Amino acid sequence: MVAPVPEVRLATNANMAGPVVFTGQTPLTPGTPEHDLFTGLTRLGDNTLILGHRVSEWCGHSPILEEDIALANMALDLIGQTQLWLGLAGAVEGAGRTADDLAFLRDGWDFSNILLVERPNGDFGQTLMRQFLFDAWHQPMLKALEGSADARVAEIAAKAGKEVAYHVERSADLVIRLGDGTEESHTRMQRALDALWTYCGEMFIGDAIDARLAAAGIMPAPESLRPGWDALVGEVLAEATLTPPANPYAHTGGKQGKHTEHLGHLLTSMQWLQRAYPGAKW
Amino acid sequence: MSNEWPLWEVFIRGQHGLNHRHVGSLHAPDAELAIRHARDVYTRRNEGVSIWVVKSAEIAASDPNEKGPLFEPSNSKVYRHPTFYDIPDEVGHM
Amino acid sequence: MYAQMIKTAHSGVHKREDMTEQERAFQDRIDAGEKIEPRDWMPDDYRATLIRQIGQHAHSEVVGQLPEGNWITRAPTLERKAILLAKVQDEAGHGLYLYSAAETLGESRDELVRLLHEGRMKYSSIFNYPTLNWADIGAVGWLVDGAAIVNQVALQRTSYGPYSRAMVRICKEESFHARQGYSAFMAMALGTPEQKRMAQDALNRMWFPCLMMFGPSDKDSVHSEQSMAWKIKVATNDELRQKYVDQTIPQIEYLGLDLPEAGIVWNEARGHYDFDMPDWSEFFNVLKGNGPCNSDRMADRVNAWEDGAWFRDGLMAHARKARARKMAAE
Repeated sequence: MVAPVPEVRLATNANMAGPVVFTGQTPLTPGTPEHDLFTGLTRLGDNTLILGHRVSEWCGHSPILEEDIALANMALDLIGQTQLWLGLAGAVEGAGRTADDLAFLRDGWDFSNILLVERPNGDFGQTLMRQFLFDAWHQPMLKALEGSADARVAEIAAKAGKEVAYHVERSADLVIRLGDGTEESHTRMQRALDALWTYCGEMFIGDAIDARLAAAGIMPAPESLRPGWDALVGEVLAEATLTPPANPYAHTGGKQGKHTEHLGHLLTSMQWLQRAYPGAKW
Repeated sequence: MSNEWPLWEVFIRGQHGLNHRHVGSLHAPDAELAIRHARDVYTRRNEGVSIWVVKSAEIAASDPNEKGPLFEPSNSKVYRHPTFYDIPDEVGHM
Repeated sequence: MYAQMIKTAHSGVHKREDMTEQERAFQDRIDAGEKIEPRDWMPDDYRATLIRQIGQHAHSEVVGQLPEGNWITRAPTLERKAILLAKVQDEAGHGLYLYSAAETLGESRDELVRLLHEGRMKYSSIFNYPTLNWADIGAVGWLVDGAAIVNQVALQRTSYGPYSRAMVRICKEESFHARQGYSAFMAMALGTPEQKRMAQDALNRMWFPCLMMFGPSDKDSVHSEQSMAWKIKVATNDELRQKYVDQTIPQIEYLGLDLPEAGIVWNEARGHYDFDMPDWSEFFNVLKGNGPCNSDRMADRVNAWEDGAWFRDGLMAHARKARARKMAAE
């Protein structure tokens, strides 16, 4: 079932550059359970990788020291979750790729994060709003994954779930406070919500892979998470005195590798060293 | 009105049952956020399981000039310290 | 160091016969090794000097986030990225501890930040140098934090209680920094020829700026003596610099890199390494604002602060509203 793979990193000698890792599409055959699981796992891991990267861009530039520290904690959680999800994806793939190989040596079309997380940071309000809209999906998603038929998935979800429970508590609270703060903070939060709203729908639109993973009891059907998200987001926005936009449109494509222009630039800096010095050990 | 976030003093109780201990301070707009900031700032290395915060301005402290009258009397009460008592070795550790 | 060229209000040491009775009692407490605490009486100059020193130290931690932050989005592995982020986060934490220590002296953090942004307070010269390749990140942890640790270990004995306690906490956290730096640097020095070239380049570029961190020789400083008498400063710049050089050279040799300058020679008679001093005219230029990154660093910090004003004000406004609503309900 696993197709032959060109060259896989095998170097163990720290003094030597290893052979170059293949950077192409997964060798797994589409439609197989392994390919489905691999894709489901990279969707999770790519979300946390890209969002963690975006959050880390704030380092040293946030509005106050206490926020710099809080944001770093969140980014660290997301990077840690990435290591677990992509690590498992690599193991499922069975082609010798590590979490680092998947993060640093795939091109944009093989990334399967949702578009929301690659949106640029904007002002601090937009960063916080993006975080809340994502957290409000992420937490119930992990909750559902704790009951996964795949024990490895359930285990990672349980660990990540504890971290994300704190994320959503924090981001919801900040959205409420800033929405119901000054006129300026209210305006900025509303603007952020308007800008991000059409990127939320993608979280709840499943494809054939999602359907098979759900049928196998490995991951929840994306559609099933919508009512809970609607309820929490509705409640928080109401308390924040913010108005959910009427536009029901949903931008999609990220999960299938069709991204916005922003992802390429993010990957260009993130992957630069690995690309410029192939096979080096860091 | 100044918009500087007020200063809070942070007290943390670790996992081993000791009392809450003053660990430092930070700025926050209110108590709830002060606790959250304290979690992020002062428990990064697993230091604590319980957090207290109190506005620095609301702490009442003893007057350093009164150090003599406040603390010297206890200096003379050596009988409060266990080493004041000679216990025969035969009795064992006490 | 993180606090360089701290001015005391007057030069030379206050002589005992010129002191008031209160000043003499204060000096006696310091000489006896007692810690001075926030509400204790203290001479105005002691307070002012400490505010300058602790404030500059705090600013250094905060500005110090930037050169390392410069590589967070380009860190080559997930683990290195996490380590670097955790490390830079610690710097923010250290800044926070130090501002808190300065605040016990009656100066608010916002005020100290304003003085920094107006160019009326400084931060360590080292952070006005750029991080140009990935080996610089290892070098900052190993060489820059290594230099800071030498100073900060000494400062744990400083006379002002809150400063001393902040140093104890910071030193505990710093040892992780130096070790992760050396580990990252070692991977470079022992890696591919290109990585090794980056490591040597980083070492050569950072060496003299690191020696500058300790400040010019004390014999040229008019302010050191009083600070030493007050135990605000507990060792001379030259003593600390020598200690740093002595501990660092064997670490360089272990990596198999060339020494960063030709003047470094073991002196058997002294039992120390001899070494060349940095170009002090460059140092004074950096302090004056002419370093390679001064304007970028300040612009970053000022923009972060100004762009964040609406956020800080928004949260404050909400806290006031919530309080008013709660009181109305009671």
